Amino acid sequence: MTVEMLAKTADFEPIYIADGEREILGGYAGDLLSWVMGRAKEGDAWVTIMSNVNIVAVCTLADPACIVLSEGVRPDEEALRRAREQGVSIISTGLDTFEACVRIASML
Amino acid sequence: MAGEINFHFDIDGGNFTSAGEASVRIKKLLRDMGFPPDVIRRVSVAMYEGEINMVIHANGGSADVNVSPDKIEIILADSGPGIKNIELAMQEGYSTAPDNIRSLGFGAGMGLPNMKRYTDEMRIESEVGRGTTIYMTVNV
Repeated sequence: MTVEMLAKTADFEPIYIADGEREILGGYAGDLLSWVMGRAKEGDAWVTIMSNVNIVAVCTLADPACIVLSEGVRPDEEALRRAREQGVSIISTGLDTFEACVRIASML
Repeated sequence: MAGEINFHFDIDGGNFTSAGEASVRIKKLLRDMGFPPDVIRRVSVAMYEGEINMVIHANGGSADVNVSPDKIEIILADSGPGIKNIELAMQEGYSTAPDNIRSLGFGAGMGLPNMKRYTDEMRIESEVGRGTTIYMTVNV
């Protein structure tokens, strides 16, 4: 599944898509940034409720395929600006983290 | 690439918006120089953790990165409060970060352990009241 395919799925919404063709290879859920940076793998869809600018830095460094903000969370303005600048894709969903993961897993 | 190339960055204290900029810069520089993705990831994650630590605990500091064909050295120096108990600080989950920092997603007590995990060598010199310097090496 590509980032764009996930973004177009029911209950998911593209906030900013940098590389829609990028393949999602797996998933990781977590809100503690160091934890995510240490454990998330390249190409994961990273599901989190964190919406501040530091998620973009984590994504730039750990290189998951996209950020999925669960529970209807939206990125703050600075995070969105930085995501555009750094080419980090952000998708939002009203689903909670567990449901979002289940859905993503079922589509892999 | 012949010899060693040095990069210096000043890390702005208390600024969580720009935190990570030096690590992102280094990541791009290393990528342009053609280092393997695994090496780049290890260097940039270790450096990011160090940057964040300096922002949270030490009101900023500096990062020097020495790039050679066979290894990358990262030296992080600050004039912060120092680390009272390094052994304790190296334990996963131990953190002295305040609640407002935790609400940003930091303070998991994984910073120093991640730095150790991602580097081949790591040495901490710290004096309470004087500051901390961390030396890390990633072999290529």
